[in-house]
Amino acid sequence: MQDYTNLTNVQKDVLREIGNIGAGNAATSMAKLLNKKIDMQVPSVKVVSFDEVMELIGGPDKLIATVFFRIQGEAPGTVYFILSIEEAEFLVNEIVPGNKVSLFGDSTNEFAISALQEAGNILTGSYLSALSDFTNINMQPSVPYLSIDMAGAILTVGLLELSQVSDYALIIDTKINEQEEQKGVRGNFLLIPDPASLTKLFQALGITDYD
Amino acid sequence: MTDVKTIVKVGIADLNIVRAPGIIRTSGLGSCVGVVIYDEGKRIAGLSHILLPESSLAKQAEINVFKYADTAIPVLVNKLIDDGARKYALKAKLAGGAQMFHFTSNSDIMRIGPRNSEAVLAILQDMCIPVIASDIGGNVGRTIEFNPDTSKLKIKKASKEEQLI
Repeated sequence: MQDYTNLTNVQKDVLREIGNIGAGNAATSMAKLLNKKIDMQVPSVKVVSFDEVMELIGGPDKLIATVFFRIQGEAPGTVYFILSIEEAEFLVNEIVPGNKVSLFGDSTNEFAISALQEAGNILTGSYLSALSDFTNINMQPSVPYLSIDMAGAILTVGLLELSQVSDYALIIDTKINEQEEQKGVRGNFLLIPDPASLTKLFQALGITDYD
Repeated sequence: MTDVKTIVKVGIADLNIVRAPGIIRTSGLGSCVGVVIYDEGKRIAGLSHILLPESSLAKQAEINVFKYADTAIPVLVNKLIDDGARKYALKAKLAGGAQMFHFTSNSDIMRIGPRNSEAVLAILQDMCIPVIASDIGGNVGRTIEFNPDTSKLKIKKASKEEQLI
C-alpha cells in the first residue's frame, strides 16, 4: 500500500488533475445555478497531519457549513464541499433571492437549510460524477450529509477510516469562487481518498511506475 | 507575578499536561473524546484528545499511542504521576463522543463517538479513576478548556452556549 510521504511528482500531478476535473465540473454546475461566472484555482495536493487538515480550513473551532459524501465502491473516500457560514448564507440568498436567511442561531430557517443541502448536493454530485467518468472507477456516493458545526468535529469524520492506517491524510483541495465580486461565494472542495484507494486511482489513470 | 495565563493546546490524537495558573484546551471535538485527568490538591491536570477507542483497530506497524483510548490514558496517568500528581487523588472529567452524522451504512467506524466514550469509561474504571462529570454524546462539536486552579471544565458548543462542569 502506498506510503503518502513519498509520492512522485507525476503522481501528485495526477491527483491535481483529479481535483481539476472534479472541481471544474462543479464550477460549471455552480455557474448554471447562480447564472454567474465562476472561477476555480489550481488544485493543491497536500499530505498533512490531522491538525493541519483543520488549519487548512481555518482552525478546529471555526464554524463551517459543509455538505459531504462518503464514497463507496472501488475507491472509497470522502468528499467535502465547505463554506463559511456567511458564504453559505450568501449562496442561499443567491439561489432564493428575497428574504434574508439565517443558517445559524435562533432564527435558523428550515427552508434555507434545505436549499443549501440541495445546492451542496448538486455541486458535490457533479464533482463526483466527473471524477468517476474520468477515472472510469465505479463510485457510489452516500446520501449527502449537511452539517453546520466546528471544522474539527466535521472533518474528523472523513479522517476516521484512514486514521486506523496513517497519521497523515492526503488532501486534494480546490477552491472555486465567483468572479469579480469581493463578497461572493468561495467554496472549498476537499477530496480525502482512503489510503487503499490511491493505488486504484493511479492504476485507473495509467500510472504504472507505482509500487 | 504576571497574569498572563499559559494556554496549553492539545491537538488531535495528542495529550499534554498543565499546572495552575495555566489552562489546557482542545478544540473541535466531534466523535473524539477529550479526557481530563487531574489532581485537585496539586492543581495539575492532563488532557488527552482521543480519536479511536482501541489500539487493536490499528493497521499500522508503529502506532501513535496518543490516538487510542486504551493506550493514551495510561500514558497520560504516568506522565501526571511523574510530574507530582498522586495516583489515589486522580479524578476525571470528559466531553465529546458525539455522533456527528447518522449514517445509513452500519459500518462500525461510523458509531465511533459512542464507542470512544465507552472505551474511555471502561479504562478509567479499570484504573480506579472516578469520573466526576461528563458531557458526552449528542451530535454537536465541542471545544473544551480545563482550569486546574478551579478544577472546572468549560465546554463551548457551536451554538455558542457555554457550560462549566
